[in-house]
Amino acid sequence: MDYVVEMIDIRKEFPGVIANDNVTLQVKKGEIHALLGENGAGKSTLMNVLFGLYQPEKGEIRVNGKTVKITDPNVANDLGIGMVHQHFMLVEPFTVTQNIILGSEPTKFGKINFKEAEREVQELSDRYGLEVDATAKIRDISVGMQQRVEILKTLYRGAEVLIFDEPTAVLTPQEITELMGIMHSLIAEGKSIILITHKLKEIMKISDRCTVIRKGVGIDTLDVKDTSVTDLASLMVGRNISFNTVKRPANPKETILSIRNLKVKDKRKVDMVKGMELEVRAGEIVGIAGVDGNGQSELLEAITGLLKTESGSVRLKNRDITNLSPRKVTESGIGHIPQDRHKYGLVLDYSIGENMVLQTYYQKPFSKYKTLNYKEIFLKAEQLINEYDVRTPGVHTKARALSGGNQQKAIIGREVDRSPDLLIAAQPTRGLDVGAIEFIHNKLIEERDKGKAILLVSFELDEILDVSDRIAVMFDGKNVAEVIPEETDENELGLLMAGSSTEKAGDK
Amino acid sequence: MNANRLFNILVPVISVLIGLLAGAFMMLGFGYNPITGYTALWNGAFGDLYYFGETIRQVTPYIFTGLAVAFAFRSGLLNIGAEGQVIVGWLAAVWVGTTVEAPMVIHLPLAIIAAAVAGAFWGFIPGILKASRGVHEVIVTIMLNYTALYSANAIVRNVLSDNEDKTPDVAATASLASEWFQNLTYFSRMHYGIFIALFAAVIMWFIIERTSMGYELKSVGYNEYASKYAGMNVKWNIILSMIISGAFAGLAGAMEGLGTFGYMSVQSGFNNLGFDGIAVALLGANTAFGVVLAAFLFGALKVGALNMPTEAGVPTELVDVIIALIIFCVASSYIIRWILLRFKKEGK
Repeated sequence: MDYVVEMIDIRKEFPGVIANDNVTLQVKKGEIHALLGENGAGKSTLMNVLFGLYQPEKGEIRVNGKTVKITDPNVANDLGIGMVHQHFMLVEPFTVTQNIILGSEPTKFGKINFKEAEREVQELSDRYGLEVDATAKIRDISVGMQQRVEILKTLYRGAEVLIFDEPTAVLTPQEITELMGIMHSLIAEGKSIILITHKLKEIMKISDRCTVIRKGVGIDTLDVKDTSVTDLASLMVGRNISFNTVKRPANPKETILSIRNLKVKDKRKVDMVKGMELEVRAGEIVGIAGVDGNGQSELLEAITGLLKTESGSVRLKNRDITNLSPRKVTESGIGHIPQDRHKYGLVLDYSIGENMVLQTYYQKPFSKYKTLNYKEIFLKAEQLINEYDVRTPGVHTKARALSGGNQQKAIIGREVDRSPDLLIAAQPTRGLDVGAIEFIHNKLIEERDKGKAILLVSFELDEILDVSDRIAVMFDGKNVAEVIPEETDENELGLLMAGSSTEKAGDK
Repeated sequence: MNANRLFNILVPVISVLIGLLAGAFMMLGFGYNPITGYTALWNGAFGDLYYFGETIRQVTPYIFTGLAVAFAFRSGLLNIGAEGQVIVGWLAAVWVGTTVEAPMVIHLPLAIIAAAVAGAFWGFIPGILKASRGVHEVIVTIMLNYTALYSANAIVRNVLSDNEDKTPDVAATASLASEWFQNLTYFSRMHYGIFIALFAAVIMWFIIERTSMGYELKSVGYNEYASKYAGMNVKWNIILSMIISGAFAGLAGAMEGLGTFGYMSVQSGFNNLGFDGIAVALLGANTAFGVVLAAFLFGALKVGALNMPTEAGVPTELVDVIIALIIFCVASSYIIRWILLRFKKEGK
């Protein structure tokens, strides 16, 4: 059999944890092989073993039939294994070519021949239909293009096997389609691809075979054409799960949040929100769809007081809250599940208990005469931890030590518990596993049914379509269209998100 | 939790031991007996009540500067300016001590408060510059050290004295000197300041660990963004932290001006109380209790070292090198921490 990469019975242990146990992955030459598993299932560990970052305790790696020992990433490179990272590792002010040759610069007497390198990069790009401009600066090109630069980087280094780590997480539906085209042309040129993902639809669409890992153990390798989304899902999670979030129709009441002609500049003084109009009513979930960087973050920061607005108004229950301080905004009845939970949502070095009172520590009963009452604080924390199923050894455990899903549950518990009139949820399920996603979606819907207004921002179209009652599409700092989830599909949303004003864009 | 606490105590203890060992090799290398050397060090610090009194005298300002650096550090700020804050505190205390006439119950507290306020003001400047303009506090505090040094010298020479090298002694009503302590310790310069220092440590502990103000300060130090998200006033907390830090350092100056010396003289350079305070804070893991322990170690080393040339014949230069080695090992304790963690991992 002509396997290009074989990992046989790999076992990798960390103190107290077995990250991989008896995992076998065999990739045929010229195939797209998906590696499927929940977060924390051991996909990354396995790929890091292949990439030489970890040494396995047991098992064998073969490349083109020869047993090899991959002691560090350079060895992996020499063997023709390249990785397209989920988080791009690019130098923003450098050009595409400069980024690609970084680390293996073609030099002559210590001088880099940029012209020659540029020509080579352009040639590679044209050959695989990547349409990358070798002379453009990274900061001037789109996220999708940046990803192609990462692909080019591996090709330039002579990769035969490309590992794609969650490559679609940051792309629009159209960009995803284009990426799939690129993958096909790579295969046509004889490359092989390992695709790490937890998105089942993508696997069904593009890959030839699929290896499923659950809790560190290799479960099975299947031919994709003989299987279905539901089969894959139950293999991945180990139980049957429902895909479509079950919810009753919304029953919207009075207007809670009303945004009029809002304009916001970001920290670099660039116009990001350019006349936003939005309304969220009690008892409904409004989803904001849009490609990252179209003003969503700035919109939320302006509502919550983290960023000053230029003009326009934000009203909550008919009260003007424009440009109030974050504390005043919180007190006026807004809960905020921030997009970046490590940067904004938690003080990672505080215990989980201390994090539970991040906005309320100065209020009774947690504080009296400016002195903290830790008994009350930890009592509250215990209650929230139980209510929201936060898995932690205790209230004194540092927030840093918790898994992403549990950190997020803690934040949601904290925000929902204050019973705010408006709950803002930005990317609430990013990087979480299926179980946690289910939990969080249900919580949002539960709050809606209690009559709260929910504003959901997400780059995952599935999430927007599943959870929202109404969808606002944000493009270039404006609300360009509002649609009802039942009357639209990914395709239409994708076009709206990309800024093309179809005839449909006008109607509600 | 318990293992963690043990670990936190183990690291500084091992650091000190390694430092002593390195110093011992140094002495061996130069042909001196390390046992006699360290015996002299010990005797110089604790050998009799006089030495003990002197050690306590030295520990007192170290506690204050250690607290100052530690306090700022807890809110994410590096106060390199304790040195200058000590000087302005010293100057303010002596100024009030020499020029005001009042009964002791008013005069002494007034002089001490003046020192705290002066130090606080010297901390406020880098604080507000950081908060409003984003200027890094390290640069501003370093520069302010020199401003403090030379301004204080000019004031001592031209305002507080008539072109002399030192001010007159502070009035008895503003003095921390203790006849009782002096009699007890064969006329060392030990003074009542140690009580104020220990009390200050309790204050720091209370603010940091028990108040909502401390909760905010720590939160800002750990994560500025989350603090802002949570509605805390990040800029104000930066300023506040520097003010309190500066006040602690200013009090160290009061200890020197009202206790140890009773006057202020023109200084040719820094006395290193503030810089040593950085090491004290680091060794004390930036906690109030840790700072007190670390200040004792530094005070003992500093005072005990004076005895090494006379009793063990180790030349002063070598003594300085040995003390520096010990401090180096202590300050680089994170290396020890790292090594210990590795052992721990492999043990599992």
